Amino acid sequence: MTYSPHTDADRAAMLKAIGVALADDLFADIPASVRAGRWEVPTPLVEQDVRAELARIAGHNRIPEVSFLGAGVYRHLIPSVVGEVIGRPEFSTAYTPYQPEVSQGTLQSIYEFQSLICELTGMEVATASHYDGATATAEAALMACRLTRRHRVAISAGVNPDYRRVLETYCSGPGVEVVTVPVDLGEGGSGTTDAGAVAAALGDDVACLIAAQPNFYGQLEPMRELADAAHGAGALCVAVVEPTSLAILEAPSEYEADIVVAEGQPLGIPMSFGGPYVGLMAARMASVRQMPGRLVGATRDAQGRKGYVLTLQAREQHIRREKAASNICTNQALMALAATAYLTAVGPQGLREVAELGMTQARHLVAALTDAGVAERRFSGPYLTEVAVRLPDAARRHAVLAEQGIVAGYLLARDEPALADTLLLAATELTTDAEIERLVVALKETA
Amino acid sequence: MSYPDDLRYSKEHEWVRVEGSRATIGITSFAADELGDIVFVELPEMGAALTQFGTFGVVESVKAVSDLFAPISGEVVEVNEALRDAPELLNSDPFVEGWIARVELSDTSELDSLMDAGAYATETG
Repeated sequence: MTYSPHTDADRAAMLKAIGVALADDLFADIPASVRAGRWEVPTPLVEQDVRAELARIAGHNRIPEVSFLGAGVYRHLIPSVVGEVIGRPEFSTAYTPYQPEVSQGTLQSIYEFQSLICELTGMEVATASHYDGATATAEAALMACRLTRRHRVAISAGVNPDYRRVLETYCSGPGVEVVTVPVDLGEGGSGTTDAGAVAAALGDDVACLIAAQPNFYGQLEPMRELADAAHGAGALCVAVVEPTSLAILEAPSEYEADIVVAEGQPLGIPMSFGGPYVGLMAARMASVRQMPGRLVGATRDAQGRKGYVLTLQAREQHIRREKAASNICTNQALMALAATAYLTAVGPQGLREVAELGMTQARHLVAALTDAGVAERRFSGPYLTEVAVRLPDAARRHAVLAEQGIVAGYLLARDEPALADTLLLAATELTTDAEIERLVVALKETA
Repeated sequence: MSYPDDLRYSKEHEWVRVEGSRATIGITSFAADELGDIVFVELPEMGAALTQFGTFGVVESVKAVSDLFAPISGEVVEVNEALRDAPELLNSDPFVEGWIARVELSDTSELDSLMDAGAYATETG
């Protein structure tokens, strides 16, 4: 559709029709003290000057030559077919249609996304998606409260600190108390959720235990024990997973997770400064009525033809208003489509290779750092593709390397003072041996 | 429209049938017709303490969703399990097969604040 701006004559006609003299009169109810003053915007520019200005601003971006930064967002190969599919105009319109059933293609793509997420997690039903991993986690906590009619949630400190902050925000409104279960952060410790603290945190008023697999420090949690502990206290187990890892780890359904959430960015979505991403959520069919957001179902029409519908909409806010399962009843359809295209393109074997290559390169990385005497693992126990390493004088050296175009992972002291001089380094299938060598050499030179 | 004479009715369109110290509760045919085809009933939990005019469950139809308001106070001693698989009983037989829960009454005087069939017919007329 073309964009047709109103003319002065259009505006004058509209103002006359509603009986006001100036457009500003429409805002008379807003006190002057809270109105924006005059906007300081530059004068219009011709197209080539706009391009030059935008190029100048874009020149401030620093694109690292080598990056080991992960901490929740990961650099993966995105097959070109993903961009081709999501760039199709039938899909790239931004929003779920308001008369959804006329857009059978959009609904089918969401249904296939849901089916893939169910296959990946082993769960029975998946939503049409959420904003990101953090909001999906918070929604899962509130869902657990509705299912158990309890009003406290326990979350492992091994869950991404950003997710924990979003959870705190979500829980502050409905008055749900958040209890944080510490992680064993001792030197050479497990780096996983403290079993004793789990038992202490769970009571007969706790709706769920939220734990991440792998956790924020890259360590593998004893999910089966955590799920058993939660269930023993009448609480649900919410698993925050990394989707590519599900190609090699047991499915959350195997350890009887009740709700599974994830950040879907690793599935064919660019890192792009933090979004847009896609939140994944899957659960058991028995709890479907308490799931938040949109769900697409498959059915047959009156002539017996297969069709797709938005289903169980009575959970949603346009029907249930303030009692809706969520006040965000939209989804990230285009990013979900990217994940669908990605998973379909790489297939089960390809996804397994992605996960295995990341594991292999993470081990090369640890070996190279250890052999060079530069850094060593901060924790013991199994890890996957991301690893915490102790590096003396980490903050200064991290900054020096950044100047050289190398992002030496994530400084864990940013969120956890007990982890001073600790880097969180991520490897993926894109991490090359040469990049590992360059990191080791650069770190050595800054010693 | 006429309603069964042996029941008491609330303004929120629930009915009560008292049998000794126990009462059976449900929604009226008027409520069921207004909601349309009912597809889901969220039943109260066994042992739950209902408060008169407080919410105790949810009914969902293809076009709307509504809270259930307890017409009387009491402890839930039985729920209509048949509604889990056949919520349409609320439409087809709201006063008999479509009952929702049975409660042990805690205060029979509360029945005085409910309507009889004639008053309810006037209310919904």
